[in-house]
Amino acid sequence: MDAALIIGLVSIITAGFTVSIGGIGPALGEARAVAQALAAIAQQPDEAATLSRILFVGVAMIESTAIYCLVVSMILIFANPFWNYFVALAAR
Amino acid sequence: MNISPDQTILLDLGMVKINATLVFTWLTIALLAGFGRWATRKLSTTGELPPWQNVLEVLVEGVQRQIGDIARQDPRPFLPFIATLFIFIAACNVLAVVPGYQPPTGSLSTTTALALCVFVAVPLHGIRRLGLRTYLKNYLEPTPLVLPLNIVGEAARTLALAMRLYGNVMSGAVVGAILLTVIPLFFPVLVHALGLLTGVVQAYIFAVLATVFLAAGAAAHDRNNGGPPAPTAPVSKSTAASPPAAGDDTHHN
Repeated sequence: MDAALIIGLVSIITAGFTVSIGGIGPALGEARAVAQALAAIAQQPDEAATLSRILFVGVAMIESTAIYCLVVSMILIFANPFWNYFVALAAR
Repeated sequence: MNISPDQTILLDLGMVKINATLVFTWLTIALLAGFGRWATRKLSTTGELPPWQNVLEVLVEGVQRQIGDIARQDPRPFLPFIATLFIFIAACNVLAVVPGYQPPTGSLSTTTALALCVFVAVPLHGIRRLGLRTYLKNYLEPTPLVLPLNIVGEAARTLALAMRLYGNVMSGAVVGAILLTVIPLFFPVLVHALGLLTGVVQAYIFAVLATVFLAAGAAAHDRNNGGPPAPTAPVSKSTAASPPAAGDDTHHN
């Protein structure tokens, strides 16, 4: 196998694993946060505005870990620096 | 495939390359500034309000009230910076549904620049409010051992701020483009409609996080003096006065 093939193979497999494994933690965390927030809103409907604002910010911060994984996998698939390097090398 | 408008180079002047990010940022700035100028050309304080003045007042008052709620301080020092961030990011993300428009927030350079603005604004506000000594002493709280953690935390949250916005906007654009090749009929429209919602939510979250960081940097002094109720106590005069005053304020100028 030449270098470009190995790099392509490993990149795509790694991108899939990055998103799938990286999605587990944030999903569990966000589910917990939303469940707790719903329970809190059910107990105190008057505070719904404050709670949902904090929930928004919290969920966004939890989600950023998933976003990092997504960015890494996007880079691996669409803008892989090693791939570009070896393709340029092979073309020379 | 392009995952960033940085890669679209529209004009190459040798040393300086004008890419799509720059052009669309300028376009958005011009649009917003032109709109602001046009909407405020005849403001009135009596009688009937021009409709666009009403819109702007609702926007400014809304942002001011939100900042007051989140920061629990006088919102006026934060208002120009936070409102600018929110309006710029929201405009970029909403304009993304216009065909041919590549949102500048989908480029890591733009979001990094915005996050660096927050990174610089936090010490500026903190020092202006607390003085240099008190602000720097805040890094040694609770013990001097946590100094490296505080510094790393400051850098990490800037990075997170930039990556979060970039990742969300970029992924929206890329998912839309992929769907366009797989199911071109109806689904890209839905993804774009969802993109409108997440775009505004992301702008809101960026502004809220910037507010939280600014407020935390500026409120350090109050927190050190007493328990949890202390932050509101020294500023309660201005905080209590601001929500009713906010409405009056914008009507008088």
